[in-house]
Amino acid sequence: MGGKLFRNFSFFSATLSFFLLVGIFAILFTYAQESMHTFGFDFLYTEIWEPGEDDEGGIFGGYIPIMGTLMSTLIAMILATPLAMGIAIFLTEIAPGQIVKPFSIAIELLAAIPSIIYGMWGLFYFAPIVQLLFGGNGVGLLTAGIVLAIMVIPFMAAITRDSMNTTPDVLKESAYAIGATKFEVIKDVIMPYSKGGIIGSIILSLGRALGETMAVAFLIGSVMTVPKVITDPTTSIPVLLANNFAEAQDLEISSMYYLALILFVVSFTVIALAKFYFFGRKKH
Amino acid sequence: MANSELKKVMEVKDLFFTYPGAPEPTLKGNNLPIYENKITALIGPSGCGKSTLLRAMNRIHDLYPGLTYKGKIDLRNQETGKMENILDLKKENELINLRQRVGMIFQKPTPFPMSIYDNVAYGLKLQGIKNKGELDGLVEEALKGAAIWKETKDRLKDSAMGMSGGQQQRLCIARSVALKPEVLLFDEPTSALDPISTGAIEELISEIKKDITVAIVTHNMQQASRLSDFTTFMYLGDIIEFDETEKIFLNPSQKMTEDYITGRFG
Amino acid sequence: MNRLLLNKIVLILSTVSAFIGIGFLFWILITLTYKGLAGVHFETFTKDLVEGGIRNLLVGQFTMALMATLVAVPLGVLAGIYLREYGHGSKFASVIRTLSDVMTSAPSIVIGVFVFAILVDPFGGYNGWAGIVALAIMMLPIIIGTTDNMLALVPKELREAGIALGGSKHKIILQIVLQAAKVGVTTGILLSFARIIGETAPLLFTSANNQFFTMDLTGQFPSLTVSIYNLATYPDEASRNLAWAASFILTAIVLFINLTGRYFTRNKH
Ligand SMILES: Nc1ncnc2c1ncn2[C@@H]1O[C@H](COP(=O)(O)OP(=O)(O)O)[C@@H](O)[C@H]1O
Ligand SMILES: [Mg+2]
Repeated sequence: MGGKLFRNFSFFSATLSFFLLVGIFAILFTYAQESMHTFGFDFLYTEIWEPGEDDEGGIFGGYIPIMGTLMSTLIAMILATPLAMGIAIFLTEIAPGQIVKPFSIAIELLAAIPSIIYGMWGLFYFAPIVQLLFGGNGVGLLTAGIVLAIMVIPFMAAITRDSMNTTPDVLKESAYAIGATKFEVIKDVIMPYSKGGIIGSIILSLGRALGETMAVAFLIGSVMTVPKVITDPTTSIPVLLANNFAEAQDLEISSMYYLALILFVVSFTVIALAKFYFFGRKKH
Repeated sequence: MANSELKKVMEVKDLFFTYPGAPEPTLKGNNLPIYENKITALIGPSGCGKSTLLRAMNRIHDLYPGLTYKGKIDLRNQETGKMENILDLKKENELINLRQRVGMIFQKPTPFPMSIYDNVAYGLKLQGIKNKGELDGLVEEALKGAAIWKETKDRLKDSAMGMSGGQQQRLCIARSVALKPEVLLFDEPTSALDPISTGAIEELISEIKKDITVAIVTHNMQQASRLSDFTTFMYLGDIIEFDETEKIFLNPSQKMTEDYITGRFG
Repeated sequence: MNRLLLNKIVLILSTVSAFIGIGFLFWILITLTYKGLAGVHFETFTKDLVEGGIRNLLVGQFTMALMATLVAVPLGVLAGIYLREYGHGSKFASVIRTLSDVMTSAPSIVIGVFVFAILVDPFGGYNGWAGIVALAIMMLPIIIGTTDNMLALVPKELREAGIALGGSKHKIILQIVLQAAKVGVTTGILLSFARIIGETAPLLFTSANNQFFTMDLTGQFPSLTVSIYNLATYPDEASRNLAWAASFILTAIVLFINLTGRYFTRNKH
């Protein structure tokens, strides 16, 4: 009796994440209709974002924020991947036993720091350095990309480390037993053995970077212009939403729902790919 | 067997070995000769230090920091014929060289996540052999030497992970044999295999000894007596007795050895 | 020898990356502490935002995060129980497991947009409840994931022993299996609480912010993180200093909860 009720309750809770997902998609899709009908797929490569007179009509295109999102993510991934791999290698293969734990904890704490802190720290301490080294006015695509990289590194490193740790010791030992160096063992045994998990961690971090709001909001410059050089300011989907969603009306807000839908679908696909394809059945 | 024919390839002398953080040594003053082109079996109850001793002989232990050796492990220099203490080796390239001269086969088969061909060619490539024709020849020779050429010659590009356990173990032997080591150390190489694969591996080891000296840890008394020329019995980190296998099994000089062999403990 | 040199180089580079990572942690923590402590006074905790303090913001942020926890924990734990104990192995469970896993990394700003559409727009304005729901949606999949994983660690024999004694399934789950996984699940809850207490994006246009002390969840609700975002970009020194102070306190809270969670599991394993 109580058993049946309990089972039903837990079943209902389990279905909730499914309904949430469907609900999010349905709501975004519905509210984006006006913009989708007006602009169709042209939305993706229209560079203009201009409300009409008296808030009537206007032209809205997602090109700038979409490119800003992709470019800042790309910069972040290019910088983060080698560093995260290095950290993971250090933690699994190089660091002596007593050091592994404190380093691991430090890396995980770095991952736990709220993204708004990265944004604010980046604005006041990192942007000036980027300005000094690369010119520009401090905020822009490059700064956003770098700070985004700093943010995803610990996340990526932690998952990569966990994957690398699954390589059995005897497998490594047998490579050493035929005369391999540590680097060769890493490259030829550990990396291939944990390939799925490593690629998965990179893609998962990419998914995170795509949707990151606060770290980027402080740093990308938040202007609706196409960057000419890498240090130029621009905007990204999450940042545009964070700053302008609340005040938008009619066709403009519908265009923002359209952008949110694009972001949601893209990051869902990327993350699902990582989880399903690369981490696959390994979980249990 | 006249002892005058016997030539030592390796010799463990008064070896003490302590694991990091362990309060006392796991190996307590071991002495053991390894004779050329012979098979030496290491037997003894679980935990007595067989693997520990074997893993000292190519210093695979050194992958993990904080351990201590005392004593000597001599390995004969092929060119000069002189015995040289491998515990003196410090530099990474010296250790790499040592491990190519003294190979190791583990309890569970350890194919690398690559093709059959690449598994065997791997160590050769590390040695700097790049020529495709030369590699092909050496890979074939090694696979033949490990008696799996017939089964693998049409699927060299297939992943090694798809082979049966017995095949994988022979592939690992081929991988080591390809480097033409002087000594090959086997740590219970058949304990994860079925009887038929075990038979094939045993046959292979008997074949190999023509070219390579073998030391093998085994739990299986029959295996030790069938396969080896010399046997050493270890107990609690001590070498209790070392002698020709026949002598150890028929007429051991130590009571403890006899008790172990007849199954009274262990 | 070439190989050995390459080996050295890679090992050195890896070590350097690790120290760069740690370097950033210290750099961030040190600037935060330095800038933050300078702005923290006794009044910071006793005054509200209107008067240059963060009392109402702390209370508001904790209220929303705690309420979200109250919503997400029972639902998430129940869902995790379903996935591991009832639906285990079924197609349905594995689909839900994957979806909820994916939800863990869903962009938080999109969740904000979603909640805006269902709880802000139709009800005529920002409200605390919307903030709570947004945070709960963020938290739910994390709780499902940890519960699922922690229950998976409970040995099968324990369930079998329970059944052998004649217990009914739901009693065994609640009284034995969940008890055995208690530490792990609690840690998971703590860590996910630490995660949502620092969230900004889902609150921006759900709860928005409030300068005054209020416990009325039907109106704009004070938020520490949203305030940091606003204050940091104000031009005046005082606002910025308050933003640093608030950031320092927020980070200290998040890291403290995190370390506490880790400490619990440390003892366990
Ligand atoms: N990595 C290690 N660290 C500390 N002690 C170890 C380690 N490996 C093995 N030992 C200990 O050394 C002793 C000998 O182990 P081992 O050589 O593996 O025995 P055998 O191979 O004869 O079964 C055992 O008491 C074991 O507990
Ligand atoms: Mg052993």
